Amino acid sequence: MTGRAFVFGDQIDTDLLAPGHLMKLDLDALASHCLEAIDPSFARTVQPGDFVVAGLNFGLGSSREQAAVSLKHLGVQAVIAKSFARIFWRNAINLGLPAITLPEAGEIAAGDRLSLDLMAGRLTNQTTGRTYGFAPFPDHLTAMMRDGGLIAHLKRRSADAQPKTGAAA
Amino acid sequence: MAGAIAIKGRTLVEKIAAKASGRVDARAGDLVTAEVDLCFAHDSSGPRRWAPMLAELGRGLWDPSKVVIASDHYVPAVDAESAAILSLTRRFAADHGVGHFYDMEGIGHMLLAERGLVRPGMLVAGGDSHTPMAGAFGAYAAGYGATDMAAIAATGRTWLQVPATIRVEWRGALRDGVTAKDMMLFLCRELGMDNAFRAVEFAGPTVEAMSMPERLVLTNMAAELGAETGVVAPDGVTFAWLREAGAPVSDEAEARSWASDPDAAYEVVHRFDAGVLEPMIARPHSPANSVPASEAEGQAIDQAYIGACVGAKLEDLRMAARVLAGQRVAAGVRLLIAPASSRVIQAASEDGTLATLMAAGATLMPSGCGACAGMGAGLLADGEVCISTTNRNFKGRMGHAGAEVYLGSPYSVAAAAVAGRIVDPRGYLGQQRAAA
Repeated sequence: MTGRAFVFGDQIDTDLLAPGHLMKLDLDALASHCLEAIDPSFARTVQPGDFVVAGLNFGLGSSREQAAVSLKHLGVQAVIAKSFARIFWRNAINLGLPAITLPEAGEIAAGDRLSLDLMAGRLTNQTTGRTYGFAPFPDHLTAMMRDGGLIAHLKRRSADAQPKTGAAA
Repeated sequence: MAGAIAIKGRTLVEKIAAKASGRVDARAGDLVTAEVDLCFAHDSSGPRRWAPMLAELGRGLWDPSKVVIASDHYVPAVDAESAAILSLTRRFAADHGVGHFYDMEGIGHMLLAERGLVRPGMLVAGGDSHTPMAGAFGAYAAGYGATDMAAIAATGRTWLQVPATIRVEWRGALRDGVTAKDMMLFLCRELGMDNAFRAVEFAGPTVEAMSMPERLVLTNMAAELGAETGVVAPDGVTFAWLREAGAPVSDEAEARSWASDPDAAYEVVHRFDAGVLEPMIARPHSPANSVPASEAEGQAIDQAYIGACVGAKLEDLRMAARVLAGQRVAAGVRLLIAPASSRVIQAASEDGTLATLMAAGATLMPSGCGACAGMGAGLLADGEVCISTTNRNFKGRMGHAGAEVYLGSPYSVAAAAVAGRIVDPRGYLGQQRAAA
């Protein structure tokens, strides 16, 4: 599925994604304010399958998972950024929202049409014709995303399984 | 807890990762499955998010005795929504037999420290980004989102990629009026906030000479550096604090093994001179936008806020009282103080600190996260300017997106409250009266 790119800069924090004073609202209401402080029309115009593209340290700040949940709720297919804050990255993956580190993210312009092949590790910009490879996720995370996120993954797996790293004793 | 296995050349977090994953050795970059020693969450990140996931998994808590829940974000309730969140949290704690449940007793990170729940060598998983604060006890303390935490609450385990360690060594004595908070605002600018999947170790004579409350500021704001955890090696200061908290370390030699080896491999070592550091102020809208206070002087303020896990401990209130003794908050400025715990309020009441602050015209707020996370009282209107002892000043965090928040030490915030504008706090010290 192809989608349009919504492009943001560096250091997009969790208060921009899920404002603190709205955190007690239900998800529909909270998500409708996602990124509004820097792009008032984002939540209204983003369509299922679209992409969020950003610069360095996307998702810094709070551990609030609603930052990633809001993007997923709005139908964002994946977040492509030059780098991610650690907790946001884990949250997104756990929800089955791909968070893809791509140093060349700055080459993508607002409105470009993108398509993603997660398993092959390939992002194509159909507008410019450029294709980017990215490092594959570790096996245990690929398996988790394929299952639809951490909770679905744990449900599928036997009794006390966290996603196995293969490195555990 | 047994001490660290003696293998040469390991960092503190590598030692803890090895112990937690049941391996003889674990090194930066290794992917491991680890067992956590302590699982912490609050009213916003915890039960309200865990309950549906645990139900879906058909699981309870893996070990209620190792679970800490603190209601600190929505306290006290201000409307039906926040009351429902607090009610759900209470019910969950009772139904699941949560081992440590604190209902409006203070900010969770402060409670972990003051109740002696964190021990050297522990792996602590917390449903809050400032969980690294607990690393001041020589623990590997990392923040996680709600789904990771629900899985940890159900299984006691998580995966981690052992972080490489950035070592930050401080030498020299801080000048009067310069604090751990100033060190961290300086570091946010110097190291940036993009240090994901790394640990930051604070060391050197300056850190060794610091009190536990000031060390907690260093590890708390490791979160602002983007780090997975901040750590300080445990020593006599750590052990004295834990004794005072009623949780003495039985074997100090064992506890001291939870420190990096002299030949540990660091990603990078930074060395700074604390003796030349000036009070630092972070301008809107990032802790990394920090400048010496002299460069921010003159900015008028509407509100001064002393609060949060990082900036409302007893020592922070005492710093503010030193500035405010015999002074008055400037006309047109409101000074809000939300102490970090009920014990802090009690101690500040007993030693006269609170009386000094009240006499200066401060408003006492409930213990809790308050305005810092934008969920409690003390929020800002469009165009208002606040200076705050908190750790983040992102756009829209403390109320309206058009508000501007500056960050500083308790000295800087109290001095700005008196002056009505941002000033170098060193001109406002030493006015301590007999009452304080």
